[in-house]
Amino acid sequence: MDFNWTKKDLLSIYDLTAEEIVCILDTAEEFKKVCQRNVKKVPALRGKTVVNFFVEPSTRTRVSFELAEQRLSADIINIQANGSSLQKGETLLDTVKNIEALQADIIVMRHSAPGSHNLIANETSCGVINAGDGAHSHPTQALLDIFTIREKKGDLKGLKVSIIGDIRHSRVARSNIWGLLKLGADVTIAGPSTLVPREFESIGIKVCHNLKDALENADVVNLLRIQHERQNAGYFPSTDEYAKIFGLNHNSVKYLKPDALVMHPGPINRNVELSSDIADGAQSVILEQVTNGLAVRMAVLFLIAGCLNK
Amino acid sequence: MEAHEKLIYDNTAIALAIDTVLDAIMTEFRNTPLDDVALVGIQSKGVVMALRLREAIKKASGKELDFATLDINMYRDDIGKRKKLPVIHETNIPFDLDNKKVILVDDVLHTGRTIRAALDAITDYGRPALIRLAVMIDRGKREFPIRADYIGLNIEIPEGRNVKIYFDDKPSNDAIYEISK
Amino acid sequence: MTDNKTFILKGGRVVDPAGKIDAIMDVGVSDGKIVNAQSIRGAEEINVSGKVITPGLIDVHVHLRDPGQTASETMASGTMAAAAGGFTTVVSMPNTKPVADSTGTIDNIRRKISESAVIKVLPSGAMTKGLAGEEMSAIGSLHSAGIVALTDDGKCIQNHSLMRNIVRYAKSFQLPIMDHCEEYSLVNGGVMHEGVWSTLLGMTGIASASEELIVDRNIIIARDEDWKIHCQHISARESVEKLRAAQANGIKISAEATPHHICFTDEEIKHFDSDFKMNPPLRAEDDRLALIEGLKDGTISIIASDHAPHTHTSKLVEFDYAPFGVVGLETSLSVCLTMLYHSGEMSLSSVIEKMTCNPAEFLGIDAGTLREGAAADITVIDLDWEYTVDKSKFKSLSRNTPFHGMKVKGKVAATICDGKFVYIAE
Repeated sequence: MDFNWTKKDLLSIYDLTAEEIVCILDTAEEFKKVCQRNVKKVPALRGKTVVNFFVEPSTRTRVSFELAEQRLSADIINIQANGSSLQKGETLLDTVKNIEALQADIIVMRHSAPGSHNLIANETSCGVINAGDGAHSHPTQALLDIFTIREKKGDLKGLKVSIIGDIRHSRVARSNIWGLLKLGADVTIAGPSTLVPREFESIGIKVCHNLKDALENADVVNLLRIQHERQNAGYFPSTDEYAKIFGLNHNSVKYLKPDALVMHPGPINRNVELSSDIADGAQSVILEQVTNGLAVRMAVLFLIAGCLNK
Repeated sequence: MEAHEKLIYDNTAIALAIDTVLDAIMTEFRNTPLDDVALVGIQSKGVVMALRLREAIKKASGKELDFATLDINMYRDDIGKRKKLPVIHETNIPFDLDNKKVILVDDVLHTGRTIRAALDAITDYGRPALIRLAVMIDRGKREFPIRADYIGLNIEIPEGRNVKIYFDDKPSNDAIYEISK
Repeated sequence: MTDNKTFILKGGRVVDPAGKIDAIMDVGVSDGKIVNAQSIRGAEEINVSGKVITPGLIDVHVHLRDPGQTASETMASGTMAAAAGGFTTVVSMPNTKPVADSTGTIDNIRRKISESAVIKVLPSGAMTKGLAGEEMSAIGSLHSAGIVALTDDGKCIQNHSLMRNIVRYAKSFQLPIMDHCEEYSLVNGGVMHEGVWSTLLGMTGIASASEELIVDRNIIIARDEDWKIHCQHISARESVEKLRAAQANGIKISAEATPHHICFTDEEIKHFDSDFKMNPPLRAEDDRLALIEGLKDGTISIIASDHAPHTHTSKLVEFDYAPFGVVGLETSLSVCLTMLYHSGEMSLSSVIEKMTCNPAEFLGIDAGTLREGAAADITVIDLDWEYTVDKSKFKSLSRNTPFHGMKVKGKVAATICDGKFVYIAE
């Protein structure tokens, strides 16, 4: 089916239709082939300028976007800022207007405040790609996760996907949930009740608070990073206790189906959310996620560049 | 067929045109082992045209040529300037292009821009010994210094009109129409 | 309409809940007072048949931003906005710059009122110095300077002992307390209601319990001190339930609801429009319905706009960083008529009492009535006037309204303050 992409921005998975998600995934398949050639570069974005505007620090996502942009032959500007200095001085919109005045075509932004991308997308003619906004959304991460699942498991319809960990504070979880639901997967979220809000039941996903229920019958297990600062905020007593009760380790791995995929958006806390041997084991596709991230981001940049009338 | 479409060639003419292209290819490569020759169809109509050619070559020589599909949308020079974003189709080159004799196949040769993009794309995949171009129709009005080596039909299409080839699952239903833009 | 000091509003439907009147009758005005229409026969007659005549509306919760933040509102622009909304009396909040916690500032505000206000502005004073919630302000002196109520609006005193002392001390001056109910440890940097939508959007939520805890605290203090505490802009179902039970026990606790809380829910936040960001936040549908229920049974006796102007620039930032607050003076009546009266939920008289005699009674002021001899503060309403809210037409200097584009029914046709037309609809 030939589906024509029409959006100038990628703000969240929630905004996308199933057809749009599939369009990105299909396009990414072709870009993955480009990444496997000797010449890993195409001239698709030659003459376009992409600004990587990171108001919140990031290494992995920024490097992935930057390489994707280089492989598309775009010109690249990197701007690092921190939210609080931005707050005191120039407003976000003023910064964006300045970026636009440099004749930039696409702004890839990460920001700690949810919805910041919606604010700027309305006010700029540049394409806006969300590289993470607080705990709200991280669409390219979800797309690369779903790409990896589709590559390994085929159609997502009816596939059982369990997301385990700090759902409350996770943009990765939120984006995955919407994307998986739109493609017909059967989603379960699991972890301690302080980190896994019951409110998610209202959108038709399962919420559970024990690892066994989340692992049994799962086709895919996506483990999220547990941040130490949550311990200080009183969400759980210690990472040690978390690892024992909710970590995927030699005790709990027996519940896992032998063909289930083990995923993690990185960076991993080894031996907290999952043990080292499983992270490096045969069921783990964690590094393939990283590889696929490049193809997915190339596809997103390509589709968005095609919708800019500049 | 829609009202604004005008049939200009039927399946017989198309079969003849493919024969013309076939003859030209067989003549050029009469002293070359066909094992070194590969067909690369440009997505999407060029792929169908290339498949038709492969059939014809197999009939004529008993040889089944290496076959690839190539999407040139990542190599276009008009991204963001088109009304509709092109859909990327599959590029599948299941053999090593280095030192191959490549016959690039497209349905219609017009401005030459698609072929320019295809040449860039193909050379990013490898270093063929030579590249030739086969087209069903050369409709003239070139914008780039590009020409085809094997041409099925030469047609003048008036300004404001386009040519469209319908390749059917059954070649007996193939047809070429002149349509309004 | 008229420059005459004496005129008769002829043929209108007079809705005066204070006098339990809902009838077609004439209203006479002479020298700024309401008079018997018969007594001024021969005066200019203004035909208002088909219109509703009510006492001038009262809003107990208005931020006029003057002094200190006059880019977002001034005494002149704010009171013109109030007049356009049908209000003839508003209570100004003390979170100006400087804070209205001293007689000097109150004097300054009163001077501004006399210079440029087109309607009556009654200043409130801060309960604590600098609204810091730590030290009692000079309440007795503020009373002498002419404040009508005490509030730390926008802030909430977390120290219950201090709050109790303030209520106790205010009682000696018969100054009512208006409290912004918010327990801080359950707010935790929140920017919207804590519920399904904050969870789905990954935004920090403000728990309903944060309001409920302080409502409870205030009920206890009002009971123990036997003095009036008014809970401002109530937003949560649980608060309404607590208030209902307390009032049944005769405790002097009252509450207000805002038009935006009875109109919208937290789902609006999914568009990240900071014109829907206010404190307390828009809550869930069951909360919204509970507020309407509370208005219907009288648990919530007052409708107030919490008119909180902010400049376009200050609102046009990341949702997390945008200031709380929305303007409301110019939409309050239309929205309430649409949501409460035209929807069939409430009678016209019970909507109007919440914007006239109920707030007057709470404040202990002589207003909100069309009784003969009262000040001729009158609002003329066209009940069937349908229009779409257009923020570009606002008199307010600020445009931060969630109601822009909303279709409403019922509009102020004219506002009369002390017998003078201060607003006439175009």
